[in-house]
Amino acid sequence: MIRLQTAPFDVGAELEKLTGGRTNIGAAVTFTGLVRDASYGRDVKRLHLEHYPGMTERALAAIEAEAAERWRLDASLIVHRYGTLLPGDPIVLVITASAHRDDAFSAAWFLIDWLKVKAPFWKREDGAEGSRWVEPQDSDEEASGRWS
Amino acid sequence: MTTLLYFAAIREKVGHGQEEMKLPDHLATARDLVGWLRSRHEGYEYAFADLSAVRVAIDQAFAGFDDPIRSATEIAFFPPVTGG
Repeated sequence: MIRLQTAPFDVGAELEKLTGGRTNIGAAVTFTGLVRDASYGRDVKRLHLEHYPGMTERALAAIEAEAAERWRLDASLIVHRYGTLLPGDPIVLVITASAHRDDAFSAAWFLIDWLKVKAPFWKREDGAEGSRWVEPQDSDEEASGRWS
Repeated sequence: MTTLLYFAAIREKVGHGQEEMKLPDHLATARDLVGWLRSRHEGYEYAFADLSAVRVAIDQAFAGFDDPIRSATEIAFFPPVTGG
């Protein structure tokens, strides 16, 4: 499942919704991304998340489908926020559920790695030195490459 | 008519986020479209000066600048993505 929203999310409630009553699931991995107060040596006071409505949903659904091809998953969820966020705010949630932990761990790791380089989101940071668009990191590209 | 979309830094440089256009028939690829836009207004010239910092999506799928656009209904230009 894919969801885009401006509101915060509740990890426990999302996990319960995804796995509640499904006793075949033996492992659920949750990943939560948070807004940091510093980015590569620069203070971050606020983060603005822009995305491409329509394409974002398609891209996330494609990434999720790819994970379901590669691992034995019983359920998965991607929630990504957009709009204005503050340091400490949760920004992205990935949950994967499987009969066994290896599949859940690997799929969660894959989903967040691919999401960072294959879904149309853009971050702009406000800091002490003004506002600037975040540059893509080579390390994110390399991280996504380990799954190819 | 074709919908053109611009996001993030590209939107700011172009000066707007969306426009509907009747594209001339001689524009075969996204690269042709960029060249044509650059000749129309300095905002596009500024936005597309360095294509290595621009990505393109055709009908909501990542594409290349040499991909065909004649049957496209929606073409978007944006910087490399930074989500997650």
